[in-house]
Amino acid sequence: MPFVTRYFIKTSLMFFVAALLCALLLVLRPFIVLPAFVVGLTPVYFHLFMVGWVTQIIIGVAFWMFPKFTKEQPRGSEMLAWSTYILLNTGLLLRAVAEPANAVQMWMGWGWLLALAALLQWLGGFAFVINTWPRIKER
Amino acid sequence: MPRLSIWLIRAALIYLLLGFTVGGLLLWHKGLPLNPALWRLLPAHMEFLLMGWIVHLVMGVAYWILPRFQTKRPLSALVWLSFCLLNGGIWLISISTFVAFAPTIQLVGRIAEVGAIMAFAVHAWPRIKPTSL
Repeated sequence: MPFVTRYFIKTSLMFFVAALLCALLLVLRPFIVLPAFVVGLTPVYFHLFMVGWVTQIIIGVAFWMFPKFTKEQPRGSEMLAWSTYILLNTGLLLRAVAEPANAVQMWMGWGWLLALAALLQWLGGFAFVINTWPRIKER
Repeated sequence: MPRLSIWLIRAALIYLLLGFTVGGLLLWHKGLPLNPALWRLLPAHMEFLLMGWIVHLVMGVAYWILPRFQTKRPLSALVWLSFCLLNGGIWLISISTFVAFAPTIQLVGRIAEVGAIMAFAVHAWPRIKPTSL
């Protein structure tokens, strides 16, 4: 298994746990008093699950298992794979912090961080598609 | 990789880009407001990523990898039908917030998606077997 795939899969497992912890916090609200930011966790929960866990494990396995690009570069560009990893995860972590904070605190900086999170994740998705597209081919 | 899988997986990648683009706009708008009308794209964001990205990818990989009968993948026409119905359903639901008769358009879209999944299941069912058969 390639080095970057191990990073993708282990990180996806951590996001899976984090997503379910968010879900747990959301259902605990009627029973115990929790900080106000918990209200803003619903979209974070959903995106940690779908982007952090599901999409990231697909990306890791696709990099490993999809048909070879060339003999010299069987998995396409390592650099694009690492770029995908860094952009996607930085963007997602930024979102996980800034979105609940933006919901409860009037500070312009949270808004800018959310915009940055959007841009980083979009670039991460784009890097993955560019690297994967030429590997989707007949033998 | 068979041609039909190439179509399905490349469609998945296009939907990933579309879904991330719409999602990026919505998240940006949450932080730095652009236009409130962007929220009408929320169903398209969900549809592109759930049915467009995930379902196309799963169908594409399943069609490629599930056990075959000798070298044949039977009932492939059903997977083409599934591909067409799924795309029709995705786009009907995605545009429904911009047109009149939204509930009717959504109903037709969901019926198309149910048809797509049924067609794929009928294709895949006999292929879920020991490899030796």
